[in-house]
Amino acid sequence: MNPTLPRWIDLGLLPVLNLAMALVAAAVVVWAIGLEPLGVLGLLIKGAWGSPAGLSYTLYYATTFVFTGLAVAVAFHAGLFNIGGEGQATIGGLGTGLVALAALHLTPGLPAAVLVPAMVLGAMLLGAAWAAVPGALQAWRGSHVVITTIMFNFLAAALMGYLLVEVLKEPVTMDLQSRAFEPAARMPAVHEVLQAVGVDWPATPLNLSVVLAALALVAVGWLLWRSRTGFALRASGHAPAAALYAGVDLKRQVMAAMVVSGALAGLVGVNEIAGVHQRLLPDFVAGAGFAGIAVSLIGRNHPVGIGLAALLFGTLYQGGAELAFEVPGFSRDMVFTLQGLIVLFAGALSTVLVGPLASLHQWLRRGPRDGAWAERA
Amino acid sequence: MEALHDFGLLVGSLLGSTLRGATPLILCALAGCLAERSGVVDLGLEGKMLLSAFAAASVAAATGAWVPAMMVAMALAVSMSMVQGWGCVSHRGDQVVMGMALTMTAAGLTVVLGAAWFGLGGQTPQIAESARLTGWFTSDAQLVQGVPVVGPVLGLGLLGHNGLVYLALLCVVLVWALLFHTRLGLRLRAVGENPLMVDAAGVSVQGLRYRALALNGLLSGLAGSYLVLALNANFIPHMTAGRGYMALAALIFGKWNPVGAMAACLLFGFLDALAIRLQGAPWPEALGGGTVPVQAIQALPYLLTVVLLAGFIGRARAPAALGVPYLKER
Repeated sequence: MNPTLPRWIDLGLLPVLNLAMALVAAAVVVWAIGLEPLGVLGLLIKGAWGSPAGLSYTLYYATTFVFTGLAVAVAFHAGLFNIGGEGQATIGGLGTGLVALAALHLTPGLPAAVLVPAMVLGAMLLGAAWAAVPGALQAWRGSHVVITTIMFNFLAAALMGYLLVEVLKEPVTMDLQSRAFEPAARMPAVHEVLQAVGVDWPATPLNLSVVLAALALVAVGWLLWRSRTGFALRASGHAPAAALYAGVDLKRQVMAAMVVSGALAGLVGVNEIAGVHQRLLPDFVAGAGFAGIAVSLIGRNHPVGIGLAALLFGTLYQGGAELAFEVPGFSRDMVFTLQGLIVLFAGALSTVLVGPLASLHQWLRRGPRDGAWAERA
Repeated sequence: MEALHDFGLLVGSLLGSTLRGATPLILCALAGCLAERSGVVDLGLEGKMLLSAFAAASVAAATGAWVPAMMVAMALAVSMSMVQGWGCVSHRGDQVVMGMALTMTAAGLTVVLGAAWFGLGGQTPQIAESARLTGWFTSDAQLVQGVPVVGPVLGLGLLGHNGLVYLALLCVVLVWALLFHTRLGLRLRAVGENPLMVDAAGVSVQGLRYRALALNGLLSGLAGSYLVLALNANFIPHMTAGRGYMALAALIFGKWNPVGAMAACLLFGFLDALAIRLQGAPWPEALGGGTVPVQAIQALPYLLTVVLLAGFIGRARAPAALGVPYLKER
């Protein structure tokens, strides 16, 4: 919050201006590689929103970004910067996969009604556990959660690599992947559900995890602003001394924030592994954990903002994929560049515009008659 | 004697690959050391190294000479450091977010520009032999090879590397001397511990942090150049592969001291060399059989850093004002 600015500028105008600066910077890059920025933007929007299939892909990407964005935001409200979304999502996928593979080996033939909730739970539990370790180290040993979560990203990648090479690898192929799950161990796809009620919809990776994402947005909003736990959590983040004086156990809040954060990031595993791939893969997160930082920043750490920002990023990812098909010389990495620029302008440089905006607002409100202008006249 | 000579060969080749692998880590860790000692968290090392590697490879591919390649790489890395300073030192933006922003932007931008300029899916063309850094003391290395035991250790391990390997080791001494034996170094360390005091003494906090960041850019530019002019023969997307973060881990492991950081980089470089050598080697039957879990060795640097940070093996204390933007009192 910037006390010098009214709420509508701080929460409404500032993020839009920061986003606009990032888009302009990206447009310069697009122009520099010899393409036409406005034409590219038009194709991008058409690719993401112009067809039922494009729309479904957009929502499918947005689902993942809701989870990682919320993970960053919950930790942020407790005054923690969780950069470990990448690792927590990886381990969440491992949780989903372990449940499915265990069911395949031990009790084959379980119905989806049992398997799918168990897989969701597995993802949340392992994601939470992976975030709980850096949380505990921060709470009791004072090691900084930023550094430990970075280290835990690499540890997660190493653990996943080890398990896939040595333990869970499907013996018949050269690819680094586990056996396929049972058909029942699968988050139902949206087009199947729509087919069941008589609506014809193209087959896409969009699955019912999107409903989970919507629920997560509501649940996090309720948790942070309507529950006692959330109040203590926010108090410990925004005013630790006051929270401590009011009897809040700060260590507990660090643990609560990291566990919820990790569980949310772990749900990425449900969208990707249970919803799409149907088997464990090494790199299914593919940077979504870092994208969550951008989503949370542009969404101002609020569920409504994060929902919108996730849609924006879903649009960029899907539109970018379409563009890479259609425009020669356009690399999908343009989207990652824009993502970095958004973190730069909406996060790291977000303070730059505050001063000029505050003076502009003052000047507009007082009008040109008083102040410096009046003196000069 | 034969067995002893073989042991010498093994030590020599492991030492050699340790040094080659540790060099970019050392340069990067020194860059991080200067920034963090002055109170600026640098998570942008990875991005600076990546962008400067790309710049060095592009210029080397275009000109066929290493001097302009290295100059442009260093200039770009310094300008990234200046953006970092503008956002975090002048405007007091979040330093962690800034580092992530630089790294994410660099990761995307290098591929976009590379794909557009060279059409190789983000790679640059192979760099001409004339632009690559050549080994020093290669004739001496040949000469001592014949000497039993000591020969291969010297020849394979210490001699015949390119200039940047030796420069990195020299930089350790220079950074150490700068930090602990010059007035600028004393002020840099003071500004990382207690900027208010430095300000009260009439020295510019911002000026010192910008100076630290400029040196940080030079060193990370060198690290990026090394990747394409010495270690590899062209630029490959995301080729830094987490080295910037590993350098940061080494810096913490070395307790924010240049010499300690170098020791940690050498340890991490050795673990990497060991992991490559042990790939697919059999694991003792008594311990379950199978092959050596290489991933465990690769994960060891990160695990050790976490354990150290948690204070279970000694204590690593960060500079007191690290990550805290300084607001000059009015």
